[in-house]
Amino acid sequence: MSRSDWQVDIGLELHVQLLTNSKIFSGASTQFGASPNSQACAVDLGLPGVLPVVNEAVYEKAVTFGLGIGAIINKRSVFDRKNYFYPDSPKGYQITQLNYPIVEGGKIEISLKKGKTKIVNVTRAHLEEDAGKSIHDQFHGQTGIDLNRAGTPLLEIVSEPEMKSSEEAVAYAKYMHQLVTYLGVSDGEMSQGSLRCDANVSVRRLDDETLGIRTETKNLNSFRFLERAIEFEIDRQITALESGESIQQETRLYDSIRDETRPMRSKETATDYRYFPEPDLLPVEIDDEYIDIIRKQMPELTEHKSERFMVEYDLNNADAKLLASDTALADYFEEVTGISGDSKLSANWIRVELMARLNRDSISIKGSPIPATETGYLISLIKNQSISGKIAKTVFEALWQGESSAQKYIEDNNLTQVSDSKELEPLIDSILANNPKQVEQYRAGKTKLMGFFVGQIMKETKGKANPQQVNELLNQKLNL
Amino acid sequence: MSLHEKSIAEIVAALDSKKFSCRELVSHHLDRITEANGYLNAYITVDREKALTQADAMDKARASGNAPILAGIPIAHKDIFCTKDIKTSAGSRMLDNFIAPYDATIVSKLKAAGTISLGKTNMDEFAMGSSNENSYYGPVTNPWRKDYIPGGSSGGSAAAVAARLCVAATGTDTGGSIRQPAAMCGITGIKPTYGRISRWGMIAYASSLDQAGPLTRSAEDAAILLEVMSGFDPKDSTSLNRQVPLFTQSLNNSLKGLKIGFCKEHFGKGLSSDIENAIDIAIKQFESAGASIQEIELPSSKFAIPAYYVIAPAEASANLSRYDGVRFGHRCENPVDLADMYRRSRSEGFGKEVKQRIMVGSFALSAGYYDAYYRKAQQIRRLIKNDFLAAFESVDLIIGPTTPSTAFKIGEKSDDQIEMYLQDIYTITSNLAGLPAASIPIGFSKGLPIGLQIIGNYYDEASILNLAHQYQQETNWHKMSPTAFSLEGIQPSIKP
Repeated sequence: MSRSDWQVDIGLELHVQLLTNSKIFSGASTQFGASPNSQACAVDLGLPGVLPVVNEAVYEKAVTFGLGIGAIINKRSVFDRKNYFYPDSPKGYQITQLNYPIVEGGKIEISLKKGKTKIVNVTRAHLEEDAGKSIHDQFHGQTGIDLNRAGTPLLEIVSEPEMKSSEEAVAYAKYMHQLVTYLGVSDGEMSQGSLRCDANVSVRRLDDETLGIRTETKNLNSFRFLERAIEFEIDRQITALESGESIQQETRLYDSIRDETRPMRSKETATDYRYFPEPDLLPVEIDDEYIDIIRKQMPELTEHKSERFMVEYDLNNADAKLLASDTALADYFEEVTGISGDSKLSANWIRVELMARLNRDSISIKGSPIPATETGYLISLIKNQSISGKIAKTVFEALWQGESSAQKYIEDNNLTQVSDSKELEPLIDSILANNPKQVEQYRAGKTKLMGFFVGQIMKETKGKANPQQVNELLNQKLNL
Repeated sequence: MSLHEKSIAEIVAALDSKKFSCRELVSHHLDRITEANGYLNAYITVDREKALTQADAMDKARASGNAPILAGIPIAHKDIFCTKDIKTSAGSRMLDNFIAPYDATIVSKLKAAGTISLGKTNMDEFAMGSSNENSYYGPVTNPWRKDYIPGGSSGGSAAAVAARLCVAATGTDTGGSIRQPAAMCGITGIKPTYGRISRWGMIAYASSLDQAGPLTRSAEDAAILLEVMSGFDPKDSTSLNRQVPLFTQSLNNSLKGLKIGFCKEHFGKGLSSDIENAIDIAIKQFESAGASIQEIELPSSKFAIPAYYVIAPAEASANLSRYDGVRFGHRCENPVDLADMYRRSRSEGFGKEVKQRIMVGSFALSAGYYDAYYRKAQQIRRLIKNDFLAAFESVDLIIGPTTPSTAFKIGEKSDDQIEMYLQDIYTITSNLAGLPAASIPIGFSKGLPIGLQIIGNYYDEASILNLAHQYQQETNWHKMSPTAFSLEGIQPSIKP
């Protein structure tokens, strides 16, 4: 097998759970992790006589996403019924959008290795309801059905088949994950199923102008599985085609334990969904005024924010990009800067001191034990020279370990920098008096000894002396 | 006059002046049910205790002076409306064990207005049928003649009202299921504009066509109930967000200047001559009251039945998918696997007509057939609507026969599906267009009632009820009661 003879075409369908308190067609809670069927109301259970009513928060999320990728927001979109029998699909049909999705078009720019970037076009994004869960392994010979997830709002984002490698596909998925999280469209908790990915993969010879026959590998819930499944499919398809076999258009599942994909049992793959417009719901009408309101409410997009950070806070490109990459982190930075009055010093501290600790202990910025107010206060003390950078690090570590107030900790441990010459002068005098030899040598021209005197004073003050002040006083006294 | 012959207004007045109590009224009707239901089979479930408890509560409320407007009026609900704590079967074995944890919106509204539900009435399974022969609980007998069908699918409601086993009843109308049994049982029934009454808690047959309405003995009673039942419901996205007119306020408007249309195609071939004659007499009545009659055209109506039998089964095929034996309803014994459970639960739980419509609907929606059937049917629907909109440019109401014939014998048309489907030929168009339409009794043919259909423009139930009421002021057809059921007191055994 030689991959170099082949080109790969990948399209992704991302199923993003929307960050709403209640379900798409009922008032039941969408909270993850509740005991089975405790969050399924009559509508979610598909009891006779119940009717769906759209939770309007889903429009806001879909429009926000659409604006975030520069897509067209359709003024009129239509819900349809997708018919199939499965025990975790309570009504026997899923309410989705087939011909008239709420979002169409749009594109994103993904970052690849060696600083390369690529534009990937989005075909459409539509609203639909999630299914419940079938639990096969807990009841001997029986399947349990948990309908808590049934009716959780989903946005299905469909890309054009423009990605050429698993690297591109993963970069695309990561970008979308970051974007929907950033925009507050989803909580992005992949371990809880908030973002699931179906990968459409096909291969063709380099000179072939039409796409090959594709397979769809469903329900990939981590970037690693996405990558592995695509890699497996590429190899499998090339091997098959090179040995003269053909590819079946089929739905496959990825088995992470065996690291392979295999066809779904035919029973699980319905062939004809018999779509038709959902008669229980009116078409969704959205006007320009509504879109404008959403546009104004939207959080600043990452690209815009990192540019603003460079202009407004005079940050370098790398710091600006890093701090703007996550809403919570960006908010933290802006709060710290507001308090400290020094954007560059704040950026530096967050990047070097805070993020290193967060990464080390796998804590998100939202879970930071040190609030932005304390970090900001600490940096303001450095800036006005109340404490040295070195002392600040000690205080910061104490805060990380659970101290709640920087001010109190500094007071309790008497760590305020000594800048008062009335306090420093007697100390300097006694040091000079105790080291007459060095004083003599210095005065004879060995000015390197300045460091020795500063060191002695720092030792004596346990680092609290303001070094600049010490330098000035020493200069005065030694250069008499 | 006996208790069970009084109109709603007369009952309210009698209760107000303490001529009898709610308990007396309710237990009188319950006794009639006990006596007659074995013969009529109009009720599937009767909840005697609950009805009497409610009657006592309403007597108390009346005594304390804060009774709701319809306090104590005994009614019945078609067994398609979900009722908390009482079985709701939709006439199907599938739901023989189903008790909803909620009341349908109209059940709540009628309860809040003080009405007392005596029980749940028989119906064609999932409202699919025109004769009430498709019920898991057996056919309903027409109170006017033994061995005759009462019409369907709201056959139990129509029979119960006609036999005076309740003052009024609720029904649903997807292709004529209120109007056709009302016509065949000699009572008044109205299906309002689509969306006028909430569908929440009403078991769906064909969602875009289903509409609830009252079956009553008079237009006045219908107006009173329609006012209570109507109104926007946030739980039904398709319910109309419009002010509900006070239908009772316009009942006595003059008919002078009213323009009534009729469609020539509705007369002649296929229509019983007795019905045609009865309509001619009714038309003269309208003219003498000052209305004018003119011919209108509804050219697309001839496609209504085929369009209906694509759209309704298509929607039904999806609406009935939830009956899979997984969460509620009938589940087969000892399924070997999932497919077996689905297949046997549904095969056992559904009757023949329901299965047939699911098959037809699934076929019409399948890949490759959708455009030829479902899409085409929706186009016809639009044409039918346009015909009506054009007609209502020149007339206020359209009248015609409700049914091609009077009630027929049980079993007579069971083997002739086309003949059975043609029962709805005059009623289906107003469902496809979403227009309000009523049927009122206008005479008899060989002892069986004849119905007149009155179709109104969108949101104009008031004009329909006004015409019907004015007609009923001048005629007594609506007061005719099947002899076997009009005798004073309870007969030891009722044999017509």
